[in-house]
Amino acid sequence: MIQADKIVSTTCPFCGVGCNLQLHIKDDFIYRVTSPFENIVNQGNLCVKGRFGYDFVYHKERVTSPLIRITSQKPGSRTQAFDRSQWRTASWDEALDLVADRLVEIYRRDGAHALAAYCSAKATNEDNYLLQKLYRSIFRTNNIDHCTRLCHAASVVALQMALGSSAMSNTAAEVIYNDVFIVTGSNTSENHPIIAIQMKEAVVKHGAKLIVVDPRRIELVNYAALWLPEKPGSDVAVFSAMAHVILHEKLYNQRFIDDRTENFAAFAASMEKFTPEYAELISGVDRSLILSAARLYANAKNGAIYWALGIPEHSHGTANALSLINLALLTGQIGRLGTGLNPLRGQNNVQGASDAGAMPWHYPGYQRVDSAEAAQKFEKAWNVEPGGLNRNLGLTTTEIMSAVGPKGVCALYVMGENPMMSEPDLNHTRRKMEQLEFLVAQDMFLNETSSFADVFLPATSWAEKDGTFTNTDRRVQRVRKAIQPIGEARPDWEIICDLARRLEKRLGAKTSSFWGYSHPSEVLEEMGRVVPEYAGVKYQRLEKVGLQTPVLDDLDPGMPFLFSQRFPRGKGKFHPLDYNPSTEIPDEDYPLILTTGRVLEQWHGGSLTRHSWLDDLYPEALVEIHPADAAHLGLKSGDTVRATSRRGSIVLRCKVTQKTTIGVVFIPFHFSEAAANLLTIDAIDPQAKIPEYKSCAVRIMPANPDELVNPEATQARGRY
Amino acid sequence: MAEMISLTIDDQPVSASEGTTILKAAAQIGIDIPTICFHEACTSYALCRICVVEVENARTLVPACVGKVSSGMKVHTRSERIDRSRRTLLEMLATTVDLSEAPEILAYMQEYQAVPDRFPSAERRDPPIIDDNPMFIRDYAKCILCWRCVQVCASDAQFAYAINFIERGFETQIGTFFEQSLPETSCVFCGQCVGVCPTGALKPKRQWLLEQGQTPDEIMALTRSERRRRMRREVPAEGGTR
Repeated sequence: MIQADKIVSTTCPFCGVGCNLQLHIKDDFIYRVTSPFENIVNQGNLCVKGRFGYDFVYHKERVTSPLIRITSQKPGSRTQAFDRSQWRTASWDEALDLVADRLVEIYRRDGAHALAAYCSAKATNEDNYLLQKLYRSIFRTNNIDHCTRLCHAASVVALQMALGSSAMSNTAAEVIYNDVFIVTGSNTSENHPIIAIQMKEAVVKHGAKLIVVDPRRIELVNYAALWLPEKPGSDVAVFSAMAHVILHEKLYNQRFIDDRTENFAAFAASMEKFTPEYAELISGVDRSLILSAARLYANAKNGAIYWALGIPEHSHGTANALSLINLALLTGQIGRLGTGLNPLRGQNNVQGASDAGAMPWHYPGYQRVDSAEAAQKFEKAWNVEPGGLNRNLGLTTTEIMSAVGPKGVCALYVMGENPMMSEPDLNHTRRKMEQLEFLVAQDMFLNETSSFADVFLPATSWAEKDGTFTNTDRRVQRVRKAIQPIGEARPDWEIICDLARRLEKRLGAKTSSFWGYSHPSEVLEEMGRVVPEYAGVKYQRLEKVGLQTPVLDDLDPGMPFLFSQRFPRGKGKFHPLDYNPSTEIPDEDYPLILTTGRVLEQWHGGSLTRHSWLDDLYPEALVEIHPADAAHLGLKSGDTVRATSRRGSIVLRCKVTQKTTIGVVFIPFHFSEAAANLLTIDAIDPQAKIPEYKSCAVRIMPANPDELVNPEATQARGRY
Repeated sequence: MAEMISLTIDDQPVSASEGTTILKAAAQIGIDIPTICFHEACTSYALCRICVVEVENARTLVPACVGKVSSGMKVHTRSERIDRSRRTLLEMLATTVDLSEAPEILAYMQEYQAVPDRFPSAERRDPPIIDDNPMFIRDYAKCILCWRCVQVCASDAQFAYAINFIERGFETQIGTFFEQSLPETSCVFCGQCVGVCPTGALKPKRQWLLEQGQTPDEIMALTRSERRRRMRREVPAEGGTR
């Protein structure tokens, strides 16, 4: 039996739940993870990633010294270099000087619009705050975004339009106070496992009624009172039909509508056409299920809605999210304990990265870059001359990639993101990556994106640095340095500050925006001075438990649930809606709908989990296909198939399962050997610029097992 | 508000709300009753019986983890009868199970002056280590059947229902249905079971390998097939104790 040298409390680096971890460490080796049973977030429970998935920290392929590409890369012929022999190790000075020289050269030649950066929802609030500050204050560009654009952008836009705030309105653990709750577009058991077990507890032990609206028969359906198996992309029809029923049967909350909302009449008129019959035609959901769901939700004492990426990741994602918000406003199921609207955030720190301003339209704290008042505030805070900050909206994640080229974005800085796995239509992304003149990757591994870079800056993992993450229910929690940095890796915030000083020197800046922090706590304090919601968030207050924003001053205890008195924009605004179909509709050539998503054991682009023993548990992409479709194609589980869309084609094994519905296939997007995003379409929502990951047309054909990239990778599993 | 109930524990007056267990009521006044199978996060089923106390006028000893307080109850947490019961339980556990990684139970052994080899001719439970997945190992020679792992796998936490008791009597063990390997069961590898195991019977694989004397470098150099063993495997006995 080994005794730990130390046990360090920190926050899980995987999903947005933000579980509290205790890392047991011997000789700087994390050998065990536990969780305190008394903490409110996860009550001692963890999922496979949190409990066992931290070994990427020690993976042999981790890059632990700065690397510079040996062959110089030219726009148009840029290549990926996965092999270490194509790189040479460099000192931090040499690597950062090279980055600074090239960025300054391109900035002087082409100006601010030629530069862009991807921040990271995996990095801390402090890291993100600093990278956006660097790009805004030094390069005067707002071309800064991160993967929020690819996940909840439409939810954020819709919530801002309707309520003026864009976070989860409840604490996740509040689910036990719901007596009816809707889960839609979320496979919670696999993607927010700890929230899922709280949901099951609510059903099994507290008698709550669960309504699942999802094209997949997810595990939570086992606990549901109603399952509405909609076709992908038909959310507006289903939820608006529920609103239609509530309006017709007068189940709405008149007092709430009068006191707390506006634009009701226009909204109610637009719902007239959404009869359950009409919705059934579009969505395939039996009209009686829509009636029952509407009555159940509207009559609930405490009703809440939880959703994840099945709602926003559509070309009409904003409308999807608005259809949910309309329901909550109509029934007054918001603003009380156990009632609310809850977009379950994907990444550990996607809420925090958004709060910290890693977005092209907003400074930290959602203060718009095109507002003169906000710009002046930040010019003052960052010591920039009046009028110096760029007042134009920057490019979003997808727009940055599209804009790559001689007259557009020439130099890209990628901190911990992997767009070569996560962007839609990866063949298009590849062509764009090849066009880059200069690419800096700040990461831990040579992944599909960083392998394209000119310079690789090795960052530490979450276990090797201090900082804070903000989880899905707005809880700012500490991340603690538990072990010494591996090799020469440095924390992201230090790398950014070091680079910023070199840039200011080269540009002969008369004033400095200040980069001399000695600890991330000073960065968070600076952020608190410009973001009112973080004004009271200080490291010394986060020692034992996190604080839920908004925290307006040093005495404010934070806010477990939002909107009890008013909405940030004043009144909640109803939005009239129309149904728009998905961009690509199945036809004879591509007869199936592909929807993409994640599995429990893997994480997103796979940089972390595919460098972990987690990969043994779920080592290959499997396309899920319904028995009826499989029979038609003569397929059985384990057969090799080729999935083809208008944009690309991949070969993988199939799993015949009723977890998916007839006409719909599902492929997880973690696996580069069969990257689902080679198939997806880059149609985007016009308001939120989020791509339509959840629906495109594909064809499945039997294929030869020889065509599999890694046929040995397989694992029999019995789990859901 | 639940009704408040007055009772005495070790002759000290206590007031506790209705439905409180004797264990909790005693803790209110700083009296520690030993527990083994009890866990704050699990439903108590009074399996191990180490927490038994004497209640005046009760025929048998009462397990404090499930026994509820009642008005006028007189509870004694230490007596010759209680100590003998606890000591015997500990001696029986020590006889059949490897308690080397259960420091709390070993401390109770000392406190109650339990004699580990009181039953020298009794058979030890000594099943082989099960190493059937890359996340954690199951060494049921160390298992005292406290049932916490089964509870958290079921409705106390995860709702996965992958493990339960198998066999009966002395042969009782925690196992999977049809003795499938864990990956083939409904297990989701959340490891809640590892988190509540009091005796080191369930252990993260990397911790176990470290204890086997492998260095972190050696552990991280294991190939996929070395990490993902399919079969039950005997581990050579260390120092001949097994």
